[in-house]
Amino acid sequence: MSVEDNKAQPDKAAETRSDKPDKAPAKPKKAPGKAVKKKDPVELYELSVSNAPHLKGKAKTSKIMIAVCAALVPALVGSVLFQGWRSLVLVIIAAVSAVVFEALIQLLTKRKLTIADGSAALTGVLLAFNLPYGVPWWLPVVGSFAAIAIAKQAFGGLGYNLFNPALVGRAILLASWPVHMTTWDTVPKLANLSGTTIDALSSATPLAVMKHSAAVLAEPGLYDPGAVSQASEAVSQLTGPLGIGKLALGQVGGCIGETSALLLLFGALILIMIGVVDWRIPLSYLGAIFVFTAIFGGVTTPDGTYHFTGLFHLMAGGAMLGALFMATDMVTTPVTKGGRIIFGIGAGLLAAIIRLWGGYPEGVSYSILLMNAATPLIDRYTTPKFFGSRRAKEAANA
Amino acid sequence: MSAFKELTKGFFKENPVFVLALGLCPTLAVTSLVEKGIGMGLAATFVLVCSNVLIALIRKMVPKKIRIPIFIVIIATFVVIVELVMKAYLPPLSEALGIFIPLIVVNCIILGRAEAFAQNHSVGKSFLDGLGMGLGFTIALVIISSIREIIGFGTFLGLPVFGEGYQPATILILQPGAFLTIGFLLGFFAWRRNRKKNKTMPDVEALRAQREKMTQVTREAA
Repeated sequence: MSVEDNKAQPDKAAETRSDKPDKAPAKPKKAPGKAVKKKDPVELYELSVSNAPHLKGKAKTSKIMIAVCAALVPALVGSVLFQGWRSLVLVIIAAVSAVVFEALIQLLTKRKLTIADGSAALTGVLLAFNLPYGVPWWLPVVGSFAAIAIAKQAFGGLGYNLFNPALVGRAILLASWPVHMTTWDTVPKLANLSGTTIDALSSATPLAVMKHSAAVLAEPGLYDPGAVSQASEAVSQLTGPLGIGKLALGQVGGCIGETSALLLLFGALILIMIGVVDWRIPLSYLGAIFVFTAIFGGVTTPDGTYHFTGLFHLMAGGAMLGALFMATDMVTTPVTKGGRIIFGIGAGLLAAIIRLWGGYPEGVSYSILLMNAATPLIDRYTTPKFFGSRRAKEAANA
Repeated sequence: MSAFKELTKGFFKENPVFVLALGLCPTLAVTSLVEKGIGMGLAATFVLVCSNVLIALIRKMVPKKIRIPIFIVIIATFVVIVELVMKAYLPPLSEALGIFIPLIVVNCIILGRAEAFAQNHSVGKSFLDGLGMGLGFTIALVIISSIREIIGFGTFLGLPVFGEGYQPATILILQPGAFLTIGFLLGFFAWRRNRKKNKTMPDVEALRAQREKMTQVTREAA
């Protein structure tokens, strides 16, 4: 009852008020002699005043999203070639479920449907790129739900999310089902990169092999000679020209979209050329990883050979995928040019630190998530000052 | 306010966790299992009821300037009772809750109710307020821990909920799961509250229709 009453009241108010303007035309009749006609009040309603920007570029959200999706196609083709058709199926499942969840949430919360802008589909694709080949079919669905519902829509949708949705999805999956997310033995065409070493370690990603080998070689006295020789063999193969070549091409174990460094680079270079992606973040990110691992990541085998791992860390794992497609997300990274370089260097350093000394073999996703959290701060300190204006501190001193 | 309302306001309307956002530390820490949630909730309820009653009894004797230390000593007394009883009769639960039982001393719900309610109200009202708030806290803990245990372990009070094939989402048992669950529940209660508030306000659509009508009338008049 009370609900109906409340609804009824405004209607009544509308009627009673709308009566008043009906009487209004009567007023001018009282003074017909005055010739000065007042300006039509309706014209006031015709004026449209809007905020800047008044000039708009051709870029649209949907166009950018389609361009990024297209740039990911080469890497997907590579994954299908090297790993199998399941990659494509997983990508489709993730993308479709991401779009469905976005539509469902927007319908439930009575917001405007924005699935046509393609951002949800891109999130799904990127999420699937971060999954191992052999995950069960429901894993990308749950991941898409986490990415869209928790990381994106709970914060208000596209443009308001603090963290990269695909990476949040991956982080939640990794924390929930670590076994599924780190099982690589179902990769069918796994390249026989370092012979028996991979079997012995029961782990297929080059980064895990490298991490284990480096740990063994750091204290060879604690391990039996067989393990030490295996480790040194693995390191020399991984950092040798053949190992780097296979890593660059993508003929190694790993998540379905991250393995082929060259194909990812090819797609991203086109994006950079057409201006969708800013070169600053990828360059500073990869540069930071390269420099840091070149200085601190070197491994010395018992025979005294020093192995340079800078190039290996650039090509292995998710560094390329992260630097080129995850860290360049427009929403969750700084808008200023200087800020982007700070973001890239910070994320690169974090990724390298996690890889060399952290508990996980791979640190790219966490490095980007951590820097996402720092993005508002970076933006705040790198905002260019207007010409002639003074910062608050200088103004206080003056 | 009637006695019944004094009791029930803490359940949902002024729920200490979901509405007042008090006592979040134990809420985050001990809600991975329903059993722990119930244990924590009842322990805090006992302390809250006893401290509320005692503080209401001595409320006219307590000098305003040193009331906080006095409240803390009273609360700590009951916490020690709970701790020792739990250790004697429920050792597994006591072990599971660990440091969070002694930490009830600094639980802001208890000090908050002493400060906001018991020191100004009669013994009977303070008793009902303490019981209501304590049960509200327990309800909140049970809701949160049910969600976390069912999804994160696939069990409820230790009994399996889903079939053999269910693979639990471990993240809900971990710390991020606590933050996620409580975040969504806080959001849900805020939404429910706002919706109620909006119902008593004029309908936006009706106002918009009214404005358009007036615009039209002005247009016709001109």
